[in-house]
Amino acid sequence: MSNVWAVCKKEIKTYFTSPIAYVAITVYLVLVGFFFQSLIWWFNTQSMQMAQNPYYLQQMNINQMVFSPLFHNISIILLLMIPLLTMRLFSEEKKIKTDELLYTSPISINQIILGKYFASLFVLLVMLLLTGILSLLTFIYGNPEVKPILIGYLGLFLMGAAFMAVGIFFSSVTENQIVAAVLTFGSLLLFWVLNWASYSAGGIWKGVLNYVSFFQHFDDMTKGILDTTDLVYYISFIFLGLFLTHSVIQSRKWR
Amino acid sequence: MIEVEHLFKKYGDLLAVQDLSFSVEKGHIWGLLGPNAAGKTTTMRILTGYLPATDGKAMVAGYDVFEQPNEVKRIMGYLPENVPLYPEMTVQSFLHFVAEIKQVPTSDRKKAVEKSISLGALESVRGRLIKNISRGFRQRVGIAQALIHDPQVLILDEPTIGLDPAQIIEIRQLIKSLKGDHTIILSTHILAEVTQTCDGVVIINEGKLMASGSLEELTASLQEKDGVFIRLREGGKEKVEHFQNIPGVDDVSTRDDGYQVEWTRGKDSRDDITRYIVERNWGLLEMRSLALGIEELYLRVITGRTEQ
Repeated sequence: MSNVWAVCKKEIKTYFTSPIAYVAITVYLVLVGFFFQSLIWWFNTQSMQMAQNPYYLQQMNINQMVFSPLFHNISIILLLMIPLLTMRLFSEEKKIKTDELLYTSPISINQIILGKYFASLFVLLVMLLLTGILSLLTFIYGNPEVKPILIGYLGLFLMGAAFMAVGIFFSSVTENQIVAAVLTFGSLLLFWVLNWASYSAGGIWKGVLNYVSFFQHFDDMTKGILDTTDLVYYISFIFLGLFLTHSVIQSRKWR
Repeated sequence: MIEVEHLFKKYGDLLAVQDLSFSVEKGHIWGLLGPNAAGKTTTMRILTGYLPATDGKAMVAGYDVFEQPNEVKRIMGYLPENVPLYPEMTVQSFLHFVAEIKQVPTSDRKKAVEKSISLGALESVRGRLIKNISRGFRQRVGIAQALIHDPQVLILDEPTIGLDPAQIIEIRQLIKSLKGDHTIILSTHILAEVTQTCDGVVIINEGKLMASGSLEELTASLQEKDGVFIRLREGGKEKVEHFQNIPGVDDVSTRDDGYQVEWTRGKDSRDDITRYIVERNWGLLEMRSLALGIEELYLRVITGRTEQ
């Protein structure tokens, strides 16, 4: 475990001594702030219009009208940002030949992968926690339900973690960071929109495509629904990503 | 300490190392010599567990490199050809990170970092980012990281490359001072380095072993005769016969306004020759050994020539 921690610490330091993390987090916060502001304004105008009608006013729900769409917006920003955060994890080691140091040290491949993965999760956590401030603001001026917001954030974290696992895998297959980022982004987008194909697919395929797509599992969680199927989906996705990364690195040792 | 038996390494169709065998005794320093692309780096990478061999066996301190890689990695320090450094880290934090992944116990870590900083003479740059330090310093950080866990075995791939002459001498002295406690294999293109630091050499070319042994052994196997070159104040062909009369001398010829006097290896006729010249007052201007220099030895081994 101390080896995992050593690698993790080093990666976190690298994120925060180079401009990578700062730039990514700043851009992310600006965008999230913009979306949040727009949603709140829209919610306000709606509230004004509904003010005359007590029945409609009662139907106004900040969770559904602000947070649910906000989580969707954040997920799209993560889709764009995460490939950039994971692209250097292994490709850079290969390029500047520091992999030779890692692989000739008495630490296992799993420890290296986990160390790097946890460091990327740390950045994700920082990003999500910083946007948590926005949610706190709504508690000052309104009374949203806490549980759906927490489930929404959990959904974002799990999905981000799955994105990171895909990113780390593609970073291990190439020594070019751009290639790693493009491959990650492309495959994440594909998994995102896979459920579109399910509209026209029939039979068993409809279910399969729906299950495999990120969107379906995430949509439930933004609405505050916590289902074990979704948890299992994300955890399997993460496991698969890390397992494939391990296989790629291990393949170097094939005789 | 290090034993390599019938090692093969294939990259696709290319045979980078073929049937390589050699061994290095504990506490010795051996040089790995050969032209570029001879397979030196590949051999070192196999020994450190970075690359798997296609076939063959490599043992370090009784551990099989392929079967027990972690045991080997624990006792081995490695300076690769491209020094593995993280440009965004400071020298000190990098060394600390290496100490961590090389399993230096937490309580000894600080001391280990300090020791490696002083061994590499890195005090002046310890707080600077690695991307901002000069090439010579980077090379020294590389050496410092290889030594940080006080490894029994050191593998150094061109340790003095990129250093200025004064630093080269410092590093050579450092390497020599490690002899005895550490078993070292180093590769280099600077042949003088080998004569000054190494107990023996392994010469490879195109992945094949060309020669291995101590420098004396190699010289002996390549040169049947020993001899000296002599220059006198007054030369002349008639002196050739005089030299031939000296007991023990086998062969005398003129060369570059001097004489080449040779005798069978194992004897030493230098005393007799000197006395002979001095007694006759011939005016001895120069007398130097014709033993093979390391450059000559290396070239002969690589090109496969045995005698001139």
